Amino acid sequence: MTATDPGAEPRAARLNEFGTQPVPHADDAATDGARRGPLFEEHVALGAAMTPFAGWSMPLRYTSDLAEHRAVRSAAGLFDLSHMGEIRVAGAGAGAALDRALVGNLSGLAVGRARYTMLCAPDGGVLDDLVVYRTHDDAWLVVANASNVDVVLSELRERCAGADVEVTDESEATALVAVQGPAAEAILAELVLDAAERAAVVGLRYYAATEAVVAGVPALVARTGYTGEDGFELFVDAAHARALWRAVLAVGEPQGLVPAGLSARDSLRLEAGMPLYGNELDRTTAPHDAGLARVVKLDKVDPEGRPLDFVGRAPLAARAGSQPSRVLVGLQGLSRRAARHGYPVVTDRGAVVGHVTSGAPSPTLGHPIAMAYVTPEVSAVGTELAVDVRGRAEPVRVVALPFYRRPSST
Amino acid sequence: MSAIPTELQYTAEHEWVTTGDPATIGITANAAEALGDVVYLELPEVGSQVTAGSVCGEIESTKSVSEIYSPVTGTVVEVNEDAVGDPSLVNSDPYGQGWLLRVEVVATGPLLSAQEYAELVEG
Repeated sequence: MTATDPGAEPRAARLNEFGTQPVPHADDAATDGARRGPLFEEHVALGAAMTPFAGWSMPLRYTSDLAEHRAVRSAAGLFDLSHMGEIRVAGAGAGAALDRALVGNLSGLAVGRARYTMLCAPDGGVLDDLVVYRTHDDAWLVVANASNVDVVLSELRERCAGADVEVTDESEATALVAVQGPAAEAILAELVLDAAERAAVVGLRYYAATEAVVAGVPALVARTGYTGEDGFELFVDAAHARALWRAVLAVGEPQGLVPAGLSARDSLRLEAGMPLYGNELDRTTAPHDAGLARVVKLDKVDPEGRPLDFVGRAPLAARAGSQPSRVLVGLQGLSRRAARHGYPVVTDRGAVVGHVTSGAPSPTLGHPIAMAYVTPEVSAVGTELAVDVRGRAEPVRVVALPFYRRPSST
Repeated sequence: MSAIPTELQYTAEHEWVTTGDPATIGITANAAEALGDVVYLELPEVGSQVTAGSVCGEIESTKSVSEIYSPVTGTVVEVNEDAVGDPSLVNSDPYGQGWLLRVEVVATGPLLSAQEYAELVEG
């Protein structure tokens, strides 16, 4: 039995090519040269299968991909995201500098709110997708994908130079854990002892954040996530990560929480139709291609009310007014074999009309799902296409994204 | 690391095979663990021919898909329909209820002893 390499291009989500072996002892993982985050020993103690990911040794799964996925949909999952990058941008000129550096309007973000945005190259290609928090009047926290931290840091430093802005990489000193799922709010409520802080955490809106002491650990608590469920992400000092991790497990487990690995994280975000850098987004992709034109704020203005020329503005403005050459769509598999990253999307005549960016059997829906870039002519919902799955055409249908939407709380 | 049954023979591609005829074929616990939860098995039909060292099926988890290589050449006489219906058997009992095929053997490919396979996966 050998793994089938589904695509020639490098990709971020290659989590479990065959040959990934469980790591029984902490010492064994050192041999792959990957960095260990502050929770590494916790993962090993829990028996996690570790995998190299963006230069880090991260938990792929603890017990079962499916059980972890389902726990997040039905109760809660606890994720270690300490490999992600945290970059603080602070100073009197920080807001204006970020407006020039990123495609979004960050100076207009209220303190305590977060925004999904992107760092684009001068040609409009996506260098990384980001979540940016405004933590203070003059300070923003930029959260970058692990694989892109160096690029984001150097670009922000260059783009913010000489503007009364300090750009600080806090990735090493910061741990990030996520509590995701319908039980997340109740679990957080138990861990925040101060009544006012608890009320603030429970009352957080989506994409908002507040400071609170969680299980004795000072944290920035954000109502954000990458699973399609309600949930929280907690930024804490790396020195406190293990105490927080254990406390969340202890309080959460009676409510159905389990530790969840990168494998479940990937299948959860795919069901939720969320892009993954390296799959749906890369240097050759404009935000518009991925259906994310809304994050590009072409109408941004400077304090004097003049149009603001951010990096990538001209090509992105041109893109906004033209017909795209490809469209990101959802595909529902109509057979059992799943389309995977890199597989060609074809018509019934065998013409290649696109490529799959991510694909897997959906644990929640029970059939294969995929995201793919296809030509506009075949992008309408309901269009019947096929994916060349290792030499055999498997039927698929274009469906609306996301594949999964959580039951609305009423 | 899971125990590797000494009475079986193995391929370098992580299949196991019994020594009798018909031979029973499955994938090893090491392979099942590395794949994660198996959600779909594609196996050859009863009566079809399989060739040692050639692909005879596919095994799919949420994260990845792998091809199954036949350890022997011969005719498929039985397919484990229980495992096709409930692929989690491959994870829970890879050397028992999670078997995949029974094949009437004409010839065998290069096979490893349990000790040689152990050296391969631990090396």
